[in-house]
Order: sequence, then C-alpha cells, then structure tokens
Amino acid sequence: MRQALTGTALTATNDFVVKFANVNGSGSASANELFARSILRMGVPVSPRNIFPSNIQGLPTWYEVRVSEDGYLGRRGGIDMIVAMNPETWEQDIAEVAPGGYLFYDSTRPLPPSAFRDDVTTIGVPLTAITNATYSDPRQRQLFKNIIYVGALSVLLDIDPKVIESLFGEQFKGKEALIDSNVKALNLGRDWAQQNLDAGICRLKVEARDKVGDRIFVEGNAAAALGCVYGGATVCAWYPITPSSSLAEAFASYCRRYRHDPETKEARYAVIQAEDELASIGMVIGAGWNGARAFTSTSGPGISLMTEFIGLAYFAEIPATIINVQRGGPSTGMPTRTQQADLLSCAYASNGDTKHVLLFPEDPRECFDFSAAALDLADRLQTPVFVMTDLDIGMNHRLCEPFAWDDAKRMDRGKVMTAEELEAGRDFGRYLDVDGDGIPYRTLPGTHKSKGAFFTRGTTKNAYARYSEEGSDYVENMERLLRKFDTAKGLVPQPIVREADSPTRYGALYFGSTSPAMTEALDRLQADGLLVDAMRLRAFPFPDQVRDFILAHDKVFVVEQNRDGQMRTMLSTELGIDPARLVPVLHYDGTPITAHFILGEIRRRLAQYHVVPLERAVS
Amino acid sequence: MTYITKPKLHHPSLPKNSVGFTRRDYEGRVSTLCAGCGHDSISASIVQACYELAIEPHRVAKLSGIGCSSKAPTYFLGASHGFNTVHGRMPSVLTGAYLANRELIYLGVSGDGDSASIGLGQFAHVMRRGVNMVYIVMNNGVYGLTKGQFSATADKGSVAKKGAVNNDSGIDLASMAILMGATFVARSFSGDKHQLVPLIKAAISHPGAAILDVISPCVAFNNHKGSTRSYDYVREHNEAVNRLDFITGQAPITAEYAPGTTVEVRQPNGTTLRLAKIAPDYDPSDKAGALAYIQEKDREGEVATGLLYLDSDPHDLHGNIRTVQAPLNSLDEETLCPGSDVLDRINAALR
Repeated sequence: MRQALTGTALTATNDFVVKFANVNGSGSASANELFARSILRMGVPVSPRNIFPSNIQGLPTWYEVRVSEDGYLGRRGGIDMIVAMNPETWEQDIAEVAPGGYLFYDSTRPLPPSAFRDDVTTIGVPLTAITNATYSDPRQRQLFKNIIYVGALSVLLDIDPKVIESLFGEQFKGKEALIDSNVKALNLGRDWAQQNLDAGICRLKVEARDKVGDRIFVEGNAAAALGCVYGGATVCAWYPITPSSSLAEAFASYCRRYRHDPETKEARYAVIQAEDELASIGMVIGAGWNGARAFTSTSGPGISLMTEFIGLAYFAEIPATIINVQRGGPSTGMPTRTQQADLLSCAYASNGDTKHVLLFPEDPRECFDFSAAALDLADRLQTPVFVMTDLDIGMNHRLCEPFAWDDAKRMDRGKVMTAEELEAGRDFGRYLDVDGDGIPYRTLPGTHKSKGAFFTRGTTKNAYARYSEEGSDYVENMERLLRKFDTAKGLVPQPIVREADSPTRYGALYFGSTSPAMTEALDRLQADGLLVDAMRLRAFPFPDQVRDFILAHDKVFVVEQNRDGQMRTMLSTELGIDPARLVPVLHYDGTPITAHFILGEIRRRLAQYHVVPLERAVS
Repeated sequence: MTYITKPKLHHPSLPKNSVGFTRRDYEGRVSTLCAGCGHDSISASIVQACYELAIEPHRVAKLSGIGCSSKAPTYFLGASHGFNTVHGRMPSVLTGAYLANRELIYLGVSGDGDSASIGLGQFAHVMRRGVNMVYIVMNNGVYGLTKGQFSATADKGSVAKKGAVNNDSGIDLASMAILMGATFVARSFSGDKHQLVPLIKAAISHPGAAILDVISPCVAFNNHKGSTRSYDYVREHNEAVNRLDFITGQAPITAEYAPGTTVEVRQPNGTTLRLAKIAPDYDPSDKAGALAYIQEKDREGEVATGLLYLDSDPHDLHGNIRTVQAPLNSLDEETLCPGSDVLDRINAALR
C-alpha cells in the first residue's frame, strides 16, 4: 500500500525513536531487544523502555527504543516510527507518530485507506504471508515473524546484518541449529525488503559510530542483585511483586553461579520466598540481628506491609537492606508504571519518631554500587537502609558505566564486639554511645559464655538494654538515634553538582531515574543560555551541602516523579527551608519523565520570573 | 519497673551439670507475671530442661512476639540473647536468625493470641519450612495484657470471666502444626512438670520444626468456672497419650517398663526418644491417626496431651536449601565476593 505523502518525511541519522506495538506473550520482547542491541553494537547509544500491562498474555505491550548518538538515555517523547504489530491498538499507535514519521506494519491483510495517515510514510511488509509460506509450526510462526520484521527493519534503517548475526551467535552459543534458523528468518525479512521496498523510502538511518565505549547494557534489578552478591549478602527474603521480582530472581541466579562451595556444591546463601512482605522483612531483621547480611526487594505495597517491622529495626538498631523498586500507587495501582512516590513512606516508615537512610541510584551502575554500599551502611549504622530505585531503571536495559570492584575492599561489619573484647573486660552497654557518633556496639548471639548477652526490644530500655519505661531513658535513647542519623550524613553517597556557565539565582534538584532526562534538559537550557545550577541528590539524610546549595539560590526547582512533591516536603522539613524557595516540577503519569517535560516546566517558570537567556541579556 | 534483678548468691553446694553450670545459671530475671501464672511454670521447666541437657546458655537464642507469654523469655536463660519482636511475627524473625547461624538452638516463645490470632499465618509457614527450632505456645485462651478478651484458641462455648460466651470455633494449634508440616508436635500442661520437662528436652533434640502447645492457665482472667483453660478443667480433662523419656545416644535406659508398652524412636542426630504408651493403640508416627485422635478427644471434651506426632526423619530448612555447614554469618569476603575478574567477565557479557 503506497500513498502520496503530504509534507516532508522525517530525516534523521542516529537520532530517532522507534516504538514497537506488540501483544504480550508473543515472543516479541527478545526480537525487540535484539533490534536495540544491534544498534548499540554499531556504537550508537540506545535506551529501550518496556511499556507493559499487568498481564501475562494477550494484552497490548510496547517497546520504545530511543536512538541517540548524543547519548541521551531519557525518554524523549514522541514517536518517529511505529512498528504496528497489534491491530487492537492500531488507532492509538498510528495517532502517536510524529508528522513525517513512519508506519511499519504487516500488510498481509489489506486495510482500508482510512486506516492510514497521509502525513506518515507507510511501509507494508506481508509478515504473516512470508512467515506462513516458510513455517508450518504455530510457535515457530509466531517467534520467527518477529525476527522477520527485525530483518526488514535492518534493511530500512541500514543496520548491519553481520552485527545481528553475531548477536545470534552469542545468544545461542553452541546451538548451531538455532543460530541458523534465526539467521534464515532474518534474511527472509531482509530479502523481501530489498526486493520490494524503494531504497529511499525510509530516511531514518543508523550509521556506525564509536559512542558506546566500554559501557554495559543491563537492567537495574540485575545490577542491584549483583551488588548484593558483591556486597556480601547471604540472606535474601522476598515476596513476588512487580516491578521488583526480577531482582530477587537475579540474586538467586547469580548466587547459583558464584556462591556455591566448589567442592561440596553447598550454597553460601539463602534465598527464601516468604509468605508475604511481613515475613520477608521479619526474616531480614532476624538474619541481621544474628549477624548475616540480609536484604529484601519489594515495591510500594510491600513497604506498607513492612512498616511496623521497619520501625522495630530502627528502634532495636538492626541492620536491614531494603531495595524498593518503586511503581505507581497501591496494590491495584499501576504496578507496571514507574514513579518516585514512596519517598515519604520510606523515609519515615513506622509508628513513632523514625527516620531512615535512603539512597537514590540514577542507573544500573549505581544500583550495583548503592546496593553493595547499603549492606555496609546498614551494618555500620545498625539500621534499615533503603535503596530507592524504580521500574524505569529496574526493569529496562540501560546503558551505563561498567561495574567496578576493588578487591582490596573489605565488608564494613560495623561495631560488633567480639568474644575477645568481652573477655578482656570491655564494658558492654548495647545502647551506650561510646564513641560520640550515636552508634552503639552490639554483640551477636552465641558470642561469649557469660558476657554480652542482652534482650532486644523496642524502646522500653536503658543504655544497657535493661527494661525501662523511664522517660529520661527514652529521651536519651531517642536523642542518640538523632546523633546517629547525623553521622549518616557523612557516610552516605554525597550529592553531585553541575554548575551553570555563570553564577545564577536558579537551581534545580533531582534524583534517581530522572537523571538522564535532566542531563538532557540541562544541556538544552545551557545551549539556550538559561542558567540553572543543578544538584543530583544521592541520599537522605541530606548532607550539609544540600542546604548550602538551596540557600545559594533564590529559587530551586525540585524535579520529581510524584504528585505531592515528596522530596520538596522532605527538604523543607529536614533543612528548615522556606517552601516558597522550592519550586515543584512534578511528573507522575506513570511514564518516565522526559527532558521535554522538564524543559517546558523550567522555561515556563523562568519566564514568569522574567529570566531572559544570557546572550540576549548581555547584548 | 517491670523487672527485678535476682540476687546472684549461689549456694556453693549447688550441683553443676557436665558443662559446669548450676540450675540457677539458666534462670533469668524475677518474673513480673501474676502469682500462679502458668507461664512461670513453663519457664521453670525450660530452665530445668536446659540444665539437664547441659546446654551452654549462650548457645540458645530466644525469640518471642508480644503478650504475657512473650515477656516470659526475660525470666529464663539470662545469659542467652533474646529478642522481643512484634506481635505475631516472631516466626519470621526466628527463621531469619536461623538462616544466619544454623549452629545455635532457637527457642520461639509465643502465646495463643500471638500465634493463633494475629500470627496464624507466620505460625503456619514456619512449620511448613521445617525451621529447626522449639516453638512453645503458652496457651491460656485469653488476652492477658489487654485484660481478658478471648483469643482464637478459646473453645467454642467457653465463658469469659465477665460472662461473655465465645461463639467462634477454637483453633487447635497442635492439629494445625501437624497439618502444616511440623515434625515434632506435643501438647502439655504447665501444671505437669513431669510431662513437660522431658517433652521440652525431646523438642530441643529434634532436628526440625518442633512445637509444644502448653496449656497454661491465666489466673487473672481465665481460671474460673466455665473456662476450658482453668487449672481445674485441664487437670480433670487431661488425657495423656504417652509419657516420654528423653534419652541421648549415650545415656543408659534407667526406667523399667513392661514389655510392649514402650516405643523407641531414633532421630537422625543420634538421639533416641522412648515413649511409654498410655493410650495403648496410639501411634505418634501416624499423622492421620494423630489428627483423628485429637479430634475424638476434643469431641469428648478431653485434652489430648503428650507427644502427639513425631516424624523420625524430619526435614530442615537448611537441608532443604542445601546451605553450607558453616554459619552464613561467619562467611567472609573470600567466600562471598566473586571479585573483580569475574566482574570483568560479567561486564563483557553485557556489551
């Protein structure tokens, strides 16, 4: 089907967005990932995102690939080419394409002209017909149809087929038959496209570059799991919940590979799928109390269930690492959509006066680093530590710096008093602030025959862990916990500042998965001569420089992915900042935040403050 | 103050066990429970059992939930680490502790509200997993600390102190535990130390999930006429199925029994349990039979006590997931961290 195009067809090299519209359970995910990887192998950065329903089979699912030679990995917004494989979402998918964009579809069955747009180039490939002519097995037909469209797309976009073939070779190493059959399907698509499509029909092109370097392409959940392996976690207790389930599964998988005694084949780890999140955090706390490094991974509703236990761990001062892969809303919220909306529920989880340490990784590399760091921090601070990732980082492949590990690094087990120290007569008070940093010493069960045993409970205790309901004991303990939280400020990952070209009255704070979109937005602001200093927060409690940064600017945009400006609330409350100084920039529809959105919001606000671009101001 | 320090003066002639401890070394602080509380008798039985087994007190970790029962660990084994967790969630904390260090003895102490009401879920799952522990329920059918509400183990039709009748079916934790996969299930009565102490010793020796449902009358709120958890009621309706001699692998058998009246069960860890039959046809290795017998006695208004069910080849959580013999909390970087070379290979595979 060919139509005369009104307007100009989009032309771009290494800078476009392709969106695949599929039906979930059809095996499209691996073909789409193959597409993304092949571009990456040509040295051009890509950032793919799964947009999927809370369902296993039959519902619409999308895979959006941003190709960006400039290396922008945030969601761009807008679609330049749709690969429309799902009739059910056809109308919506076609409508999304930018004017001048491309529609790639299965043209086996004729569609009425009304199904198409005259400002979009239509590229029909009879995928079903090609598939059915070649394969008789229904499952083969389904799977290879996906490879066939990758083949046709490789011709249209100039993706090197050798790269795709080498990816098959790696994926199916040792299974020659599978490699051959995939190459055959790829070539079916390629041959048809070469023989039947005009050479110049698609002006979106991939050209080989060297812009990827030694970066790796990995999901944040797998990275966090690996961080737990390297950080020395031995106990993982979890309960399945989207979007965190793949984290515990990845931990188990890495452990099967790297954590078995080579001789006895016995496991140097325990992974327990608990009956619920109440039990998973209970197990983590029990293990932490008894000296094992333990973590759980969960999402918002799981945090809600864990809250009482998290409070106990705070007051009883027990190490626990909690990785929260954030998503939208409650149990029937938006489990397959991303948000940063659990900040308050984690920072202050529990009844009573509590504050918890939160870490905010920006990408899989920091998921790895911060998960390992959280295990150290939890032991050092004897308290729950949260790693606040989200679905956007956790469940999507993201290009990031390779993982690194210093073999000289030792686990920081914190202040654990040994049998020798007890034997030597060192005074042991479980909740005594011996060093003035608010962190007491603990003993592990079974340490010494007659010394160092204590009874762990909430707050009805004195500094020697003896039962006490005295107000003075309570206050002394609570004040010490605040000192400990203050100590945490210096131990957590410090914020990273990006200064504008010249001093400015405007600043922006952001954190976590907002990072790539923010980087792009800041580049654009800079190019436009709009001066905004930026600080990427990496942890709570906020180090002192966060307050300094805010006070050095008249207005500070706080960019976050939730409705209520939760980070802004925390900044205002914890640092005593006038909320008027903090301008909320909030994106919370469940899709990842875009540079386009951030730019629009910041530009609009700056215009209200009568800020003009630097060049115009000086000319 | 809700604890009182016990004087540490010991009579020099107090006998010591084989690891050099006197019975008093197994005691805790002075109980603040009501005078006559069944829980104190259970605490005393735990002290006696640990002394007789010559366990080093610091090798025991005692964990509890919330309630009168869960305060009890303060009153025994003062040289052991203890953990008063949250209401109904002791089993998960105990499971985590056991995962971290398989070498300690884990004593879970709970009550009927803590285990059968708020904690029924965790109670069930800790039994399923075969956590190697002794789980003691101090079961009085009533909430003590909040002053007299029915718990979920209260029998249907039983009467509260203030006259309310319980309309809800009572939960039998012993039957529940058998169904959920516990491999040592016993019931006893706080007022029968001769039955209880050997059962605690046997439970400690059992290398799997052991539970003791101990009827423990509440003198303040559930010891009146019309209660089925009063001292008088339980004494009158106690139907022991057997009497247990706990025997280690080495110890000689001392008591005399008529032939055919005893059963000996050897456990995988080398300990032997000898049971004197009281109900002649009762077979504690028969799961279905045990459940039927408990039901039958319940229908008759009797309380079946003794070792109700025993799997002589129990499963255990660490065995199920095949963890290393060394405690997980003792492993160091060398064994836990795959190192930078492996990481380089992982990176290479992600490009």
